Amino acid sequence: MDWLNLIVIPVVRSLVLIFVLLTGFAYLTWYERKLLARFHVRYGPNRAGPKGLLQPVADAVKALFKEEIIPGHVDKVVYLLAPALALAPALLIWAVIPLGKDFPAVADVPIGFLWILAVAGIESYGVILAGWSSNNNYSLLGALRSSAQMISYELPLGLFLISILLLAGDFSLVNLAEAPRQWWEWIWLWIMFPLFFICVLAETNRSPFDLPETENELIAGFQTEYGGIKFALFFMAEYINMITTSAIMATLFFGGYALPFGIGSEILPWLGPFILFGKVVVLLFLFIWVRASIGRPRYDQLMHFSWKTLLPISLAYMVITALLTVFLKA
Amino acid sequence: MGLEEKLPEGILTTQLETLVNWSRENSTWPLLFGLACCAIEMIATGSARHDISRYGSELFRASPRQADLMIVSGRVSNKMAPVIKRLHDQMSEPKWVIAMGICASAGGPFNNYAIVQGVDKIIPVDVYVPGCPPRPESLLYALDRLRAKQGKETFRTYVDFKAPPLSKQPDEISSLESLRRPQLA
Ligand code: SF4
Repeated sequence: MDWLNLIVIPVVRSLVLIFVLLTGFAYLTWYERKLLARFHVRYGPNRAGPKGLLQPVADAVKALFKEEIIPGHVDKVVYLLAPALALAPALLIWAVIPLGKDFPAVADVPIGFLWILAVAGIESYGVILAGWSSNNNYSLLGALRSSAQMISYELPLGLFLISILLLAGDFSLVNLAEAPRQWWEWIWLWIMFPLFFICVLAETNRSPFDLPETENELIAGFQTEYGGIKFALFFMAEYINMITTSAIMATLFFGGYALPFGIGSEILPWLGPFILFGKVVVLLFLFIWVRASIGRPRYDQLMHFSWKTLLPISLAYMVITALLTVFLKA
Repeated sequence: MGLEEKLPEGILTTQLETLVNWSRENSTWPLLFGLACCAIEMIATGSARHDISRYGSELFRASPRQADLMIVSGRVSNKMAPVIKRLHDQMSEPKWVIAMGICASAGGPFNNYAIVQGVDKIIPVDVYVPGCPPRPESLLYALDRLRAKQGKETFRTYVDFKAPPLSKQPDEISSLESLRRPQLA
């Protein structure tokens, strides 16, 4: 039964996961549009189905039946590859996220943490290749902006992640979620959460850091030459990234699939995925809340904030965490 | 224009047509641009009081490749005409055009050398909205009429459809006359 365990079960699990994530993406767009509408005191989509619930279906079918344009001046192979390259890492990361006790999404690798960092590193390739292959000034500028922004914010993000690792002392995400923490550790983690969240906003190119696609300067940034289903793939990548990062944040900061104080973990272990889902929805609300309330900074302000504010803070945070770990934990 | 061209006709296509038309009705994304005073009313249509997002149309796309609907909101000057024509060419099929306001529909008060007398001289228009400027309600009504029109479309029209020749590069345009669509019979 080796092949069953090695091939069939992971494949089935991944297929289910991909299906759930794509549905999640579709309804995340609905969730966002409805929530934005509530924030603006509007109704939001309500023509397609009850409460606009079929809106994602309408968008998807429309995108599928749109004309496929491949502009004459693009580098065809790379142009077609880029959307897939943007989407794949967002899905790949999910392989190591724990959904319940002893129940990782696909596999519990001991270096799950490094897996996340490595795959997240590939993510920017989709954007950069899209910008380059489009052979369009706006696309290229958008892609350059995006890569510069990602690199700048990956540094503080990485340093914050190292601090979390120092506290937990383990690379496996399952162990990270279950790590028994003392009260001061929780507080110390949560102090960092807002800063971490800012880095994540910049990493996922979400508003207010959506400078790679500012309409007033760059049309649609790196997506300018993409239409129809190819554009939908970029859209998907962005939203699935949001879901993924929310799940990671839930796992690192809020105990992932477990309820606080270990309530019910013995009686109802199958509740894990649902609890994680609830936490992800709350974190996604945060993303949308920020989008509805805050305007974009200028690009130089964005860079200054990363290099002059976040980087020193994250360095200091890491040093203090190391000291705390040595003196309070050992 | 996409998959549907390859399909044979029959019951299946009719059902599919209904689905596709429904989806197009409910997810018409306009192109993000405004030309003159009418644009202010278009913006108001997107705001909280009038809320174009009820139709699923609040996603104004900045890139013509992703847009389905062109709302020509204001007078089209001779200088802007090639740009409008080009943007329209860059939009992928199926695409629709709403001429908003009397200027875009027929030149309006500006019967002079600088203004194109109606945007239908250069691109095909689906719905005309009267008014100077039309109230946001008028634009929403125009959107309703457009939805009715989208609901009646068949794949046949696209199979028989002959794409008009692409517009020329800006420096190739000798006169406005060369941009004109051939007169309809
Ligand atoms: S129709 Fe009236 S409001 Fe609209 S662009 Fe013309 S002059 Fe301005």
